[in-house]
Amino acid sequence: MRPHHVDVTVVVIVAAVFLLVTVLGFAAARWRRAESLAHLDEWGLGGRSFGTVVTWFLLGGDLYTAYTFIAVPALMFAAGAAGFFAVPYTVIVYPLVFVFLPRLWSVSHRHGYVTPADFIRGRYGSRSLSIAVALTGLLATMPYIALQLVGIQAVLEVAGIGGSGNAFLNDLPLLVAFAALAAYTYSSGLRAPALIAFVKDLLIYAVVLVAVLYIPGKLGGWGHIFDSAQTALGTHTPKGSIVPGPAGIWPYATLALGSAMALFMYPHSITAVLSTRRRDTARRNAALLPAYSLLLGLIALLGLMALTAKVSTVGFDGKPNAQLAVPQLFADLFPSWFTGVAFAAIAVGALVPAAIMSIAAANLFTRNVYRELLRPQASPAEEAQVAKVVSLLVKVGALVFVLSLDRTLAINFQLLGGIWMLQIFPALVFGLFTRWFHRWALLAGWAAAMVYGTVKAYNVINPTTGKHFGGSAAAIPLLQGRNGYIALTAFVLNLAVAVVGTVVLRMLRVPEGVDATSPDDYFSDVDDAVTDATRHPAQAGSGAPLTSTG
Amino acid sequence: MATMSPDSPAPAEPPPARPVRRPDTGVLAVAGLLLIAPFVALLWVSSYAKDSPRLLGFPFFYWYQFLWVLVSAGLTWVAYVIVRRAERRR
Repeated sequence: MRPHHVDVTVVVIVAAVFLLVTVLGFAAARWRRAESLAHLDEWGLGGRSFGTVVTWFLLGGDLYTAYTFIAVPALMFAAGAAGFFAVPYTVIVYPLVFVFLPRLWSVSHRHGYVTPADFIRGRYGSRSLSIAVALTGLLATMPYIALQLVGIQAVLEVAGIGGSGNAFLNDLPLLVAFAALAAYTYSSGLRAPALIAFVKDLLIYAVVLVAVLYIPGKLGGWGHIFDSAQTALGTHTPKGSIVPGPAGIWPYATLALGSAMALFMYPHSITAVLSTRRRDTARRNAALLPAYSLLLGLIALLGLMALTAKVSTVGFDGKPNAQLAVPQLFADLFPSWFTGVAFAAIAVGALVPAAIMSIAAANLFTRNVYRELLRPQASPAEEAQVAKVVSLLVKVGALVFVLSLDRTLAINFQLLGGIWMLQIFPALVFGLFTRWFHRWALLAGWAAAMVYGTVKAYNVINPTTGKHFGGSAAAIPLLQGRNGYIALTAFVLNLAVAVVGTVVLRMLRVPEGVDATSPDDYFSDVDDAVTDATRHPAQAGSGAPLTSTG
Repeated sequence: MATMSPDSPAPAEPPPARPVRRPDTGVLAVAGLLLIAPFVALLWVSSYAKDSPRLLGFPFFYWYQFLWVLVSAGLTWVAYVIVRRAERRR
């Protein structure tokens, strides 16, 4: 059993950083102040005003979440090289998005689209396809928010907080953290995580640099870390290794590719991209964001260091939990004050993406469910108000999810989330380049892949626990004996259905829907006028820089 | 208020976009090659799934991928510069 020893220094430092971040979160409402936040462009996209530097911090804080920083080294700790797929994944994602994000930015800027489903609606004139895309995003984002809490929980657990008999007292720190997060997200919108991301990222960079310079010296050097990790992994069931064996090659490559393709399908990634001021900002950031991938690679290696240091990962429940490996490594090897800084970095690292995700989910719900189905006449002010309330509900939902249900359920859903998100790729990304695909064929492909991917993931049995959702790789049909990322096989099915369906529907001359966009829209830039089909004319000329006419 | 519904009347005609100039095929091909290189290098996992040669104690598997983080960022930046020049406003 884990002793309930609370390190006061650690707790004080975490609390102090948390307080600073909360103040920043509320102050953010005044940062680059708009005339009014009563418009989704302002609350939900930060006024579409962020430049390269702010975007770098915002996207960095958004994509490289606290959960990533806990889960990737945990996977290295448990299985070795397999966990390092996070590095090729976060390298190839940038050349990929370089190609299509500028087009998405331009068309969204020109038409005032706030969400990916807005674009689908305009491009294909299809309400059902747009709602399918919105629901996929909502479904995948909710558990992801919940998982950010798991990151905070891991830190609190190692700091000795929680695990006493009283359930309310155990969860109190988490409740306080989330109440504060919910409050400043409500009042400041996307500006809050954008400002807090500066603190989060500087802390994370500092902690990781110190860790990789300081810990190897204490553990006998890098060579020894890799060798002793190899020895330790050899005793695991199933056996791990620091270099993937022949059976690990295909899962490694397909996980990297599939995850890279799925990352910018997530609503929170797209929200951050659409909040930029210029068409070029996303592309410039594609060359600058790999700095975070370097960081993530170093963090992954902390998992191997934890093997070398033989840290204890037994949690309050008496069971081993690999997610405690890195926090425990810090607690064992750093002086208390620096452990406090490291834990604060992870905890704040959870707040930034949680805020952006809840905003993205709120935008989706408001634009593509509420306005689409319930209140077509909703004014911009009403939209902004609904989104603010939804962002609160989403966070409450995540909290209930984590506190009342098994944590593994959140992890299973996050695994499914990646599989699901990839299935909007054909409609969204191919749709940015061509209208060849038929809207109903895309919908059919999406539906087939969603069902296939979910069933496949359910049928993966964890070799140690014997439970369902045991991993994200399964045998690839038609490729004898090779395992691959389920999201990618589902994607191939998706594409096949979409292509065949398009050919058939065109032969039958089924109406293709009206395309509200024109070819030039995909190349427009900041000083082009907004084709404002989605806004009151009176508001089109006020406030934000996006409405400046060229 | 006009919605995006296809059968609602079109809103007042907006000023046309002054889009960026579209790069010609040659420029796109060069940028494309720069962007594809990381995919080839990193998805061909069997080419680097080995322990030796080590560098500063790091197995080849690790330092090679770290190296590609930097190389890929560099290639992406070059692609950005090329495309931006080509996309200058009409």
